[in-house]
Amino acid sequence: MPQNETVQELGLDEYKYGFVDKEQHVFRTQPGLSEEVVRQISAHKEEPEWMLDFRLKALEIYESKPMPNWGGDLSGLQDTLDEIYFYVRPQDKMEHSWDDVPDNIKDTFEKLGIPEAEQKVLAGVGAQYESEMVYHSLKQEWDEKGVIFDSIEDGLKKHPELFKKYFGTVIPTADNKFSAMNSAVWSGGSFVYIPPGVELDTPLQAYFRVNQELMGQFERTLIIAGEGSRAHYVEGCTAPAYSTDSFHSGVIEIVVEKNAHFRYTTIQNWSHNMYNLVTQRSIVHENATMEWLDGNLGSKLTMKYPSCYLVGEGAHGNILSIAYSGDGQHQDTGGKIIHAAPNTTSSIVSKSISKGTGRSSYRGLLQVHDGARNAKSNVECDALLIDETAKTDTYPYIEIDEKSAHIGHEATVSKVGDEQLFYLMSRGMSEEEAMALIVRGFIEPIAKELPLEYAVELNRLIELEMEGSVG
Amino acid sequence: MRMSSPILKIENLQAKVADEDLQILKGVDLELNAGEIHAIMGPNGSGKSTLAKILAGHPGYEVTGGSVTFEGEDILEAEPDERSQAGIFLAFQYPVEIPGVSIANFLRTALQAHSGDEELDLFEFSDLLMEKMEMLEMDPSFAERPVNDGFSGGEKKRNEILQMACLRPKLALMDETDSGLDIDALQIVAKGVNKLREDNPEMTILLITHYQRLLNYIKPDHVHVMVQGRIVQSGGPEVALKLEDDGYAEFIPAAAGEEG
Repeated sequence: MPQNETVQELGLDEYKYGFVDKEQHVFRTQPGLSEEVVRQISAHKEEPEWMLDFRLKALEIYESKPMPNWGGDLSGLQDTLDEIYFYVRPQDKMEHSWDDVPDNIKDTFEKLGIPEAEQKVLAGVGAQYESEMVYHSLKQEWDEKGVIFDSIEDGLKKHPELFKKYFGTVIPTADNKFSAMNSAVWSGGSFVYIPPGVELDTPLQAYFRVNQELMGQFERTLIIAGEGSRAHYVEGCTAPAYSTDSFHSGVIEIVVEKNAHFRYTTIQNWSHNMYNLVTQRSIVHENATMEWLDGNLGSKLTMKYPSCYLVGEGAHGNILSIAYSGDGQHQDTGGKIIHAAPNTTSSIVSKSISKGTGRSSYRGLLQVHDGARNAKSNVECDALLIDETAKTDTYPYIEIDEKSAHIGHEATVSKVGDEQLFYLMSRGMSEEEAMALIVRGFIEPIAKELPLEYAVELNRLIELEMEGSVG
Repeated sequence: MRMSSPILKIENLQAKVADEDLQILKGVDLELNAGEIHAIMGPNGSGKSTLAKILAGHPGYEVTGGSVTFEGEDILEAEPDERSQAGIFLAFQYPVEIPGVSIANFLRTALQAHSGDEELDLFEFSDLLMEKMEMLEMDPSFAERPVNDGFSGGEKKRNEILQMACLRPKLALMDETDSGLDIDALQIVAKGVNKLREDNPEMTILLITHYQRLLNYIKPDHVHVMVQGRIVQSGGPEVALKLEDDGYAEFIPAAAGEEG
């Protein structure tokens, strides 16, 4: 495979998806966050009274909480928050057929390589354009099985009882400052319900894209995997590059009922000026399994720690995390596992790659509650440094209140070594090809867990980001 | 006259460790003609492995004098990948681990680099790999294992020969390929090298070794003795046999040992 040429064809120094198409929004709020803005959002969405109250209460909580002083550098964030639009709506109605989708939006999808795959293979993509689902088709098979895969707004409208029962139960509004912010201004995201016993072979996929300068995106996703069900949700994100800071703060709630098996995969490639502060958490019931596969490549600062609350006996949580930090980027990522029941098991594997002035931090919390007998957990975090200036650090918090717990923790830091490079170059590879091969090998344990097209995309994105890192 | 022009010509080569004031090669002269097998023997620290690494372009050493030409071209300024593509291959004494990269993937990438703009035919590659693995008595599953990761000493060396077989170099530098091998593994490796040579009689080999043992299986045309950064004796296979009996004592001055 002639990698050099492939890389050049794709445009080396530019952010790959950094194109901008003409904005065509119908409605947006004034910049900044206020009660007025929250009321406008809720009114515009024609929400029930309880949701407006929920949002307003969340705004109060948001305002009462201080900016976090841990993790990454958030000192420039307040200025950004004063300038951004908290809600933009590109279209007045949801589209159900590809023909109805406006051409400029199709054009955007085309640049992202979406339509072919979408039309021919993935009949059930819920794609989010700006703040809302504009195109959303559901495979007939899923309809027949009673699977709900809707925009979060339609979830609230069409399935109010189910929605109200679970919304905000996994991540309470007051969990942290940004979950409170999201609760006040959320817009867009998915609502997924898998009925008991239903198994889906094809992943449910949503494609997110932020397309307007100074626009924050506050997607809210709620997923309920019914008893004994089995499914995989895939979310990929890219955002265009802009010169001013932008902001993304999502909340993802997942309930995995007894004996269910659910996997949530996300590869995020936000543009390099974005703050990406996401709260994603699952509640895992008896003998159920939750798996997070979390890839973070873009953004200026990401703080994201997918979590599993293992509340039922025999529950299993699995977190695979991969981060790439290039010049000026800080990925503060990891995972959180709470063992709150007996015989629960968990594993965290985190891999980070840092280059130039990039910094990758692993931040993990592992908690075993009193009475969670025979809990077993294994944490492995590996950092790869591409050059002398790159940085990595590790913050593993472990809190054990149960004597019978078995906990393993292993952390490694490796540098791409001169001997490795020499070995590969002595076989004819250029320094760049050698570096790319070493990095591909490093992330292989995670890439092999991805659907093939995502594994290819992940490798290619990292190669693009790496370009210029040698020589 | 053209016939006798050497494929590799080393003249008065001097080199030191890159960031230190440690001179290792102190004027090496050597000529290899195409298709010849040469062996360089010497005690530990004599500089023989350093010579092999410098010929392959290792960045850890700095050439301070002399010249090296390969097929008449000065190669000292060439990068390791350029030397590889020109036809020089170094079989490492200590092969390096590349976790997560399978041997098949690794070799495919290397062969693609060698074939330049021309897209490698994956079926041909697969056939080539299987054929060479069979020759080296390797199980086909070996191709899917990560390069050198968790390999035994013998597996690592066999993997080096596999790479050599696939890349078909004009000049093979074999750096202590016999070290760490038991007699069975040594025989398989030697048989593989001899087979490669049968298929490709023009392949020139420079064996770096501490012991005569390997030379029982791969017969050299010329044997050189290297001590303290210089070639101190050259001759035929009899030189190696004499070393086997007498050791290096006669070549080592009283003050020896300072080079570690």
